[in-house]
Amino acid sequence: MPAVSKGDGMRGLAVFISDIRNCKSKEAEIKRINKELANIRSKFKGDKALDGYSKKKYVCKLLFIFLLGHDIDFGHMEAVNLLSSNKYTEKQIGYLFISVLVNSNSELIRLINNAIKNDLASRNPTFMCLALHCIANVGSREMGEAFAADIPRILVAGDSMDSVKQSAALCLLRLYKASPDLVPMGEWTARVVHLLNDQHMGVVTAAVSLITCLCKKNPDDFKTCISLAVSRLSRIVSSASTDLQDYTYYFVPAPWLSVKLLRLLQCYPPPEDAAVKGRLVECLETVLNKAQEPPKSKKVQHSNAKNAVLFETISLVIHYDSEPNLLVRACNQLGQFLQHRETNLRYLALESMCTLASSEFSHEAVKTHIDTVINALKTERDVSVRQRAADLLYAMCDRSNAKQIVSEMLRYLETADYAIREEIVLKVAILAEKYAVDYSWYVDTILNLIRIAGDYVSEEVWYRVLQIVTNRDDVQGYAAKTVFEALQAPACHENMVKVGGYILGEFGNLIAGDPRSSPPVQFSLLHSKFHLCSVATRALLLSTYIKFINLFPETKATIQGVLRAGSQLRNADVELQQRAVEYLTLSSVASTDVLATVLEEMPPFPERESSILAKLKRKKGPGAASALDEGRRDPSSNDINGGMDPTPSTVSTPSPSADLLGLRAAPPPATPAAPAANLLVDVFSDGPVQPSAGPTPEETFLSELEPPAPESPMALLADPAPAADPGPENIGPPIPEADELLNKFVCKNSGVLFENQLLQIGVKSEFRQNLGRMYLFYGNKTSVQFQNFSPTVVHPGDLQTQLAVQTKRVAAQVDGGAQVQQVLNIECLRDFLTPPLLSVRFRYGGTPQSLTLKLPVTLNKFFQPTEMAAQDFFQRWKQLSLPLQEAQKIFKANHPMDAEVTKAKLLGFGSALLDNVDPNPENFVGAGIIQTKALQVGCLLRLEPNAQAQMYRLTLRTSKEPVSRHLCELLAQQF
Amino acid sequence: MIKFFLMVNKQGQTRLSKYYEHVEINKRTLLETEVIKSCLSRSNEQCSFIEYKDFKLIYRQYAALFIVVAVNDTENEMAIYEFIHNFVEVLDEYFSRVVSLMSKMQSVLFSSASFTRNWITLGLSRSYVNIEL
Repeated sequence: MPAVSKGDGMRGLAVFISDIRNCKSKEAEIKRINKELANIRSKFKGDKALDGYSKKKYVCKLLFIFLLGHDIDFGHMEAVNLLSSNKYTEKQIGYLFISVLVNSNSELIRLINNAIKNDLASRNPTFMCLALHCIANVGSREMGEAFAADIPRILVAGDSMDSVKQSAALCLLRLYKASPDLVPMGEWTARVVHLLNDQHMGVVTAAVSLITCLCKKNPDDFKTCISLAVSRLSRIVSSASTDLQDYTYYFVPAPWLSVKLLRLLQCYPPPEDAAVKGRLVECLETVLNKAQEPPKSKKVQHSNAKNAVLFETISLVIHYDSEPNLLVRACNQLGQFLQHRETNLRYLALESMCTLASSEFSHEAVKTHIDTVINALKTERDVSVRQRAADLLYAMCDRSNAKQIVSEMLRYLETADYAIREEIVLKVAILAEKYAVDYSWYVDTILNLIRIAGDYVSEEVWYRVLQIVTNRDDVQGYAAKTVFEALQAPACHENMVKVGGYILGEFGNLIAGDPRSSPPVQFSLLHSKFHLCSVATRALLLSTYIKFINLFPETKATIQGVLRAGSQLRNADVELQQRAVEYLTLSSVASTDVLATVLEEMPPFPERESSILAKLKRKKGPGAASALDEGRRDPSSNDINGGMDPTPSTVSTPSPSADLLGLRAAPPPATPAAPAANLLVDVFSDGPVQPSAGPTPEETFLSELEPPAPESPMALLADPAPAADPGPENIGPPIPEADELLNKFVCKNSGVLFENQLLQIGVKSEFRQNLGRMYLFYGNKTSVQFQNFSPTVVHPGDLQTQLAVQTKRVAAQVDGGAQVQQVLNIECLRDFLTPPLLSVRFRYGGTPQSLTLKLPVTLNKFFQPTEMAAQDFFQRWKQLSLPLQEAQKIFKANHPMDAEVTKAKLLGFGSALLDNVDPNPENFVGAGIIQTKALQVGCLLRLEPNAQAQMYRLTLRTSKEPVSRHLCELLAQQF
Repeated sequence: MIKFFLMVNKQGQTRLSKYYEHVEINKRTLLETEVIKSCLSRSNEQCSFIEYKDFKLIYRQYAALFIVVAVNDTENEMAIYEFIHNFVEVLDEYFSRVVSLMSKMQSVLFSSASFTRNWITLGLSRSYVNIEL
């Protein structure tokens, strides 16, 4: 880097800057700037040709003015001229201007690219570096298209200088991250790996970053980097503290490079070659040993750098999870940090130990630190450290210490920060259920939870306790007794009333023998809470009352009196009114037998995995959508419950606007009301009472999809004039996240497709054979009306002939806070590869807004699952043995490898899952037929997880080559 | 992986920003305000890592200047934490202990373009980088 010399300074610029600084007011500043702009303009326009120095000076001034926040609309050409100067300082200013004020003016781009090309070919390392930095800083797709092919050549050329190689590696990395498709893989990849052997540590550092990124996509191509990385690491770790000169940081040899190498190794399973592995283990041991040695410097920089390497080493040990000795040593090391005076170290130790706890080799070792961790939970002053401690307690919990941990967490909950209460509640609920030896302990724990932090107990939690109590008759009496006692508290949380209402309605009879909890006492206790509760709880209590009439006939008169009261029968809330009317009639019309049948005890719930777990996973991103990547949260989070779990995963969102769509607000089936209401339909089938409770959105939706419906998709498809299709030329390109948003919907059919500050778009869809119907819900999140609202569907390319999508118009105005719905009828004519685009335009407060998304219609939606026996499967598999019919992909797991989740995803994808076909039970095998109007495509698939390597191999065979490849691509992104 | 790099003063004004992932300009202001708010509200007893939305902020304070690096969850926190210090040392070395860079404004501005090792380029919103060491 050329040093900045004083003589190089531009006096005119310095004067201008100090003038600006001395300006007393904003107006004075603007005046001074306008004067300067006029001056520069006249100089640029003047007849006299400017010399390089003046040009540089004026371009600098323009840049400064731009950075002050003013628009610059001239000077670009002069800046481009500077690029071809032979003086470093002039060229540099030219590049700086270009990097800061990129202009997509096509004329200039061509000139700029030309200048860059010349500099890249100049063999002057300083110029080459400037050009490479410019490409990387701009990093646009155009730059990528122009130079992505040249840079690998410069990177591996034998005669490139070190600084150039370093810049080329980082430049390539930047281009690859921006547009991976533009960077061609080729013979140069092998030579990039060999840069790990380079003499120059800067080159090695840049190369490691590049390889770490590239190898994620093609692990096999870069496999040779393992041994090179190990030997490089070994040389660094064993070097004396001064060997590496510039790259020694406070007596620690190349700490950042070591961290990067260790990170690179975490992209792969442990080395297979015994010699390499031996050498690596030796390295890891050396790092762990060094941590115990006295520090070479008292400076905090020394220990920070050393610890950075140590933590990365521990991460690698945990990643391998195969060296018990190292795992236990890592655990002991972290144990020391748990009591360190530096908060940062305590935080990191807790975080790392959390992953150690899940290894079978170190789980016991982690458990020995339980007292320290509990102490941290109680005494740490930093909430994020406390949260890590709570996470660690959760991770180290097993049957032996569950009672201790749960009681500590409950105690912590009383004083816990509001931000993390809900998560703690979920964790306690899960641990209590998972490690419950006796269920009375479980019931106590959950009721304690509700008492301590009722506001944070989500519906999943109290649904779950009801499910468990309903399913286990040994705990029902205890639950009824405990809940009865809990309800006697003068102020108890509404969730307690819900649980109490449900349990007493079902099992109140079990404690009715005790005069202290006789039926009238139970009823009056519940009813004393009634008026303080929300509508949902009151509805639940009304169901409890009708159940009481069945359980305890002696309460019938009292309860009928309550139901008959004007406040119920004429309640403004239609749900309450309906329940009161129906229950009252039911209790007076139906005979005891009918009552007993209708109001029978709830049958056991089907056993299934706790929905609380799914909720906890969802909690992981505590904020709303992130500003950086909206909607990029774990796509599996919603899938787990997807269409499988009948419990609605009702999220108790604090702000009603967060769930405009009501997608997640189906009524809880766990309350007795739902089944009771259904039965009522039979009882009064010819009676006057019309159960107008209204089918849930789901039911309406499905019933509309029935083929014989009057408005069948086909009828609509026959409409010759597709309404308002603006054609692809009128709409903008899809937003950058469009592909990712699309991926979220490959395995599921409903959810939030898109959300920003203004608008939320929800989707619900159903597919049958080659037909589908999709509901789009557009929610206006603002308080201002959207005008000229027009969502349209566009078919890019020849999609028109492959997929027919019929849309209905929607209202052109969407009021603030309101939601409109659009129905799409879809017919798959033949196989297609690209999804249709959805373009949404509207005016918000006068500004036109437009947005293009990919409509979540992918080929797999038209999958029809096919069951077949193992023999048939293999026979067909063999029939599809042409190389083109098969598509295979080997890829790294992006999500935790959970067999249940994988199953759910494959089913969501649309294929049938065939058991007992693959000899390896870990593998998944599926079959199905893609239904299109023109043809049917048979499809066989096989997914082989490798838990140790955290990789999958996916193979698809279909009768049509593009289909194999396309489905393989789609599905591979889901794991 | 580093998502963005910020230098912000105690008044909450951004002095330098560099984004490694695309964020719309109008969202940046909001993001930066929130980020600096969460850094300012921390005491010395608290750790230097903040979980923010779905990434982590790692910050260090030098007099009135905060340097904040946002990373994803696979990044080594300690390495980034010390990287910030290394960065500051390099700046200090390069500009020979500058307190007020009034006269040297240009040096900061222009040299950061060739500041190869750390890839920091300009995103100055207003005035100059004010480093007080």
